[in-house]
Amino acid sequence: MTTKAYSLFSLARNALSYHRNWQRAWRSPQPKAAYDVVIIGGGGHGLATAYYLATQCGITNVAVLEKGWLGGGNTGRNTTIVRSNYLLDASAGIYEHAVKLWEGLSQELNYNVMFSQRGLLHLAHSVHDLQEIGRRGNAIHLNGIDSEFLTPDQVKEMLPIINLNCRYPVMGALLQKRGGTARHDAVAWGYARGADAAGVDIIQNCEVSGIRIENNRVVGVDTNRGAIKAGKVASVAAGHSSVIADMAGFKLPLECYPLQALVSEPVKPIIDCVVMSNGIHVYVSQSDKGELVVGSGSDAYNSYSQRGSFDLIEHTVGPLCELFPLFSRLRMLRQWAGIVDVTVDRSPIMSKSPVQNLFFNCGWGTGGFKATPGSGHAFAHSVAAGEMNEIAAPFSIDRFNTGALIDEGAAAAVAH
Amino acid sequence: MFIIQCPWCGDRDQTEFSCHGEAHIARPKNTESMTDEQWGDYVFFRSNPKGMHRERWVHAHGCRRWFNALRDTATDEIFATYKVGETPPEIPESSSANTSTGNASGDRS
Repeated sequence: MTTKAYSLFSLARNALSYHRNWQRAWRSPQPKAAYDVVIIGGGGHGLATAYYLATQCGITNVAVLEKGWLGGGNTGRNTTIVRSNYLLDASAGIYEHAVKLWEGLSQELNYNVMFSQRGLLHLAHSVHDLQEIGRRGNAIHLNGIDSEFLTPDQVKEMLPIINLNCRYPVMGALLQKRGGTARHDAVAWGYARGADAAGVDIIQNCEVSGIRIENNRVVGVDTNRGAIKAGKVASVAAGHSSVIADMAGFKLPLECYPLQALVSEPVKPIIDCVVMSNGIHVYVSQSDKGELVVGSGSDAYNSYSQRGSFDLIEHTVGPLCELFPLFSRLRMLRQWAGIVDVTVDRSPIMSKSPVQNLFFNCGWGTGGFKATPGSGHAFAHSVAAGEMNEIAAPFSIDRFNTGALIDEGAAAAVAH
Repeated sequence: MFIIQCPWCGDRDQTEFSCHGEAHIARPKNTESMTDEQWGDYVFFRSNPKGMHRERWVHAHGCRRWFNALRDTATDEIFATYKVGETPPEIPESSSANTSTGNASGDRS
């Protein structure tokens, strides 16, 4: 089966049959007995890994095993923000790699991921905040990534509805114009369609229950749909990475927390950039449907419950209404949580593991969505080669033993 | 939202407490002879289970004392809270196991 390209002509052609005959975007195959690479987790990062393995690394005998449905975990639960305004060189390497891939992604995938570089404002509310964005903004600039400092007046010009003189007044901001948002579901679906077209088997409702290891080398996985042999296994399981590691007999430097988000009723365009406030803990953007998408800090206790507590909601909407008093009239429609796997240095893990041919891509914590293309790209090339490439290498699990941490606590947006 | 039973103060709202991760991780005694891997394991690596978790809490906006809790991270149900130094309770067989807590005598442990 060949995948037919989406175009204006295919839209017109399918309109003639009332859109009843669109080809399915990906197959739903039975799992084979063996694959060269088995990827655990069908979120954005796992599907992107599969896509780049099949299209750039020449490895097409690949399965993506997803316990639920594609993008039903953190890919469908994040607040869709894309940026690369991180402090350290290793972070600039991976996040800017991702932003560059984002910039051509819809064309490459022939799938509209609705990437919108609407600009991203990071507000400062104290002298300390100003010093932090000063240091970070200059570091970002030195890494060749766009960043600009704004005065409060410039912030007001960009965002007329903001209340600069709130309880903790806005004293300045860091702007990344190339930052913005993308449609999260479309990212999963676009990568899935592209990977499937290149020969990858995407198997949903297939939960891994065990890792098969012989002589300290991974040989396959057990699933609720039978055992599957594998030359290499790549775990891209986000919040459940520690569960996978436990199956393989080791621990990861991760702890899981619920991270909540909520959306308001849809309104006409009112805020045309992403606003983040590290100081008073809220971030907000407006989706293309018109809903305000709002988030803040994570719940500060270990949990896999995908719920979170009420007090965090109050902690989120309080600063939102302080910054934008007119939003106090909006009603919130939905609230949910995703389980974020957080490392102590707030940087991800892309790494070999104590078991040969078992690789981990995890620890993206509260900020994985923005990195989806870069993470998939770097991890695919690393898994194919059996060694982490230049971009992924600094994010080894080993850094927690050597002490070469990549501390991005301040760039992680709000307290997590 | 949880109601958490502080071993000293009784049932209080979760917002009075803060959680500080996995409990019963003792600082190693042979620090001068430890490898980087052993140090890394002590400082950073955590079991992070989906299920029963023994963890440290502090009644930050109450008596400000530390205690431990046994909680199911899949459901957030708390099965027991107990004072520092007390023998950790057994992990219940089923999730329907009832809550038991440390005694309320107020002894410092």
